[in-house]
Amino acid sequence: MIRLQNISKKIGDFSLQDITLEIAEGSYTVILGDSGSGKTLLLELLAGLHRADSGRILVDDFEVQGSLIQDRPFGIVFQDLALFPHMSVRKNISYPLLMKKVLRSSVDDEVAKLARKFEISHLLERFPGTLSGGEKQRVALARTLATHPACLLLDEPLTALDSRIRKEIKSVLRWLHREGQTIIHVTHDYQEAVELASHIGIMEKGKLIQHGTAEEVLHHPVNTFTAHFTGIRNFIKVTLDKDPVTGNTRSMTGNGIPIAIETHKSDGWGYVIIPEEAIFLSTHPVDTSAANTFRGIIRDMAAVPHGIEVTIDAGFPLYALLTREGIDRLNLAIGNTVWASFKATAVRFVKK
Amino acid sequence: MNRSGLTLVFSILGGLVLLFIVAPLAGLFLNTSPAQFFETAADQEVTGSIYLTLGVSFATTVVFALGAVPLAYLLARHSFKGKIVVQSLVDLPIVIPHSAAGIALLGMVSRDTWLGQAASTIGLDFVGHPLGIGVAMAFVSVPFLIQSAQDGFSHVPVRLEQAAMNLGASVWKTFFTISLPLARRNILTGLVMMFSRGLSEFGAIVIIAYHPMVTPVLIYERFGAFGLKYSRPIAALFVLICLVFFVLLRILANKRYDDPASKHI
Repeated sequence: MIRLQNISKKIGDFSLQDITLEIAEGSYTVILGDSGSGKTLLLELLAGLHRADSGRILVDDFEVQGSLIQDRPFGIVFQDLALFPHMSVRKNISYPLLMKKVLRSSVDDEVAKLARKFEISHLLERFPGTLSGGEKQRVALARTLATHPACLLLDEPLTALDSRIRKEIKSVLRWLHREGQTIIHVTHDYQEAVELASHIGIMEKGKLIQHGTAEEVLHHPVNTFTAHFTGIRNFIKVTLDKDPVTGNTRSMTGNGIPIAIETHKSDGWGYVIIPEEAIFLSTHPVDTSAANTFRGIIRDMAAVPHGIEVTIDAGFPLYALLTREGIDRLNLAIGNTVWASFKATAVRFVKK
Repeated sequence: MNRSGLTLVFSILGGLVLLFIVAPLAGLFLNTSPAQFFETAADQEVTGSIYLTLGVSFATTVVFALGAVPLAYLLARHSFKGKIVVQSLVDLPIVIPHSAAGIALLGMVSRDTWLGQAASTIGLDFVGHPLGIGVAMAFVSVPFLIQSAQDGFSHVPVRLEQAAMNLGASVWKTFFTISLPLARRNILTGLVMMFSRGLSEFGAIVIIAYHPMVTPVLIYERFGAFGLKYSRPIAALFVLICLVFFVLLRILANKRYDDPASKHI
């Protein structure tokens, strides 16, 4: 178990504030955050490249804050991989073994084993500058894992790779996780978190604003930042009250627009999450079973991986995901007036 | 102007500068007959001074590299108060007149100073001694090594050093296995520059150690005593030797870097 307790660190104008986090053995934790959120600094603090101003880092109840970089049980793969350009792949992978004074005869066996594991046996005599991005990533992983770290730290490991190689490396990372390797992976891409994480932490401006299992964080975002970071577009702050006519619970946006929801709660405040794909658009009012229909103006239309995202100003911003055919059929364009409908059962309420 | 026009104009302008360098050297050789050349090469005073110059410059380069390379590393890796001052001090010997450098050094190592006296007690004397020649050579040439090595270390990403330490290397191992090999091209170039600059030094040496005579001093001595005709063959021989050494060391420096990794740094 790795425990970070109230870790703070100030570097120039930036500060990492009071980070408390527990990493279970064998877990795959993805720390999500924008650039400048402090996620890389957090990894570097764990690895010992910086020393925290306050707080504790415990690994199996042993404090490692005072330990040298060399003695910490963390292996880091930097974003730029930091392969040694003047050494062959074989020498890169041998390096940590030689530093640990492993017998020369065992070094070759260990390198061969790692090379087979990462499918890079054919690259051993090559130099890093001649390798592809995916090959470099495999070499960096093999080199770091040669030290048998208690926890593998990955700094944006997929950012610089093209989609085919990303897929390939994701499968390597999943396999490492299955093998029981504890991993902390920082990224700004929530898709990586969805695909790889058993646990997720969200960082914003030097603070860890939410962490928990992937399911908890993805389904119960604590604020708009987390929601947007985890790919949720319609995340609207509301207060609950009783509909004076029906007596049912309804939610009200900040500017007094009611949104019908299904919840057993009757008061308080929280957020409603409306899946983009659950919103139907029409160019004139239609009678449907949907409890929510809002008239709005199309403010933007943008192509996204699974269709066209339409931004509607309905007194509050509403995002709908449509197919290209749907857009063409309704002849939608920016500035058009549309009616957006969705069922009360499609709306999820997250209480605060 | 198209590209070939630019190349033509630049070739003419650059060619004139090249001619300016080559012409006096060519004149030196063309005005020295083979007989004069071989006679000079057989002159024991001349050969002795050439050996002395090469030997002292080489030894000075090796000895001072032991301190200059670490200093270059510190300057490349650390920011500290007064770094600009230290950096300027390092560069100072390049810009001050070398006669002034000689005077400054003499004031430090002459027999009247504590350093000179301390050296005398163990049988060392800087003035009129190869040691003094070495000190003068080092003073004017070591900035070339420091500058080049510092530039080399600055280009080694700190990330690589951090990665090495994360992989278990001590700071010493990191320096010797990562920083030093990756900066070696610049360090070797700096060593060649320092050695070459040491060979050609005259101004500082002539003040601190006129005797034993290094070749630049001998050339001056022969010119003063016997004129151009008698100093030119020594100059020609020394230029030739310097040229051969310079080319050999350059080849050596480049050859050591002729591995695939060097193309990716």
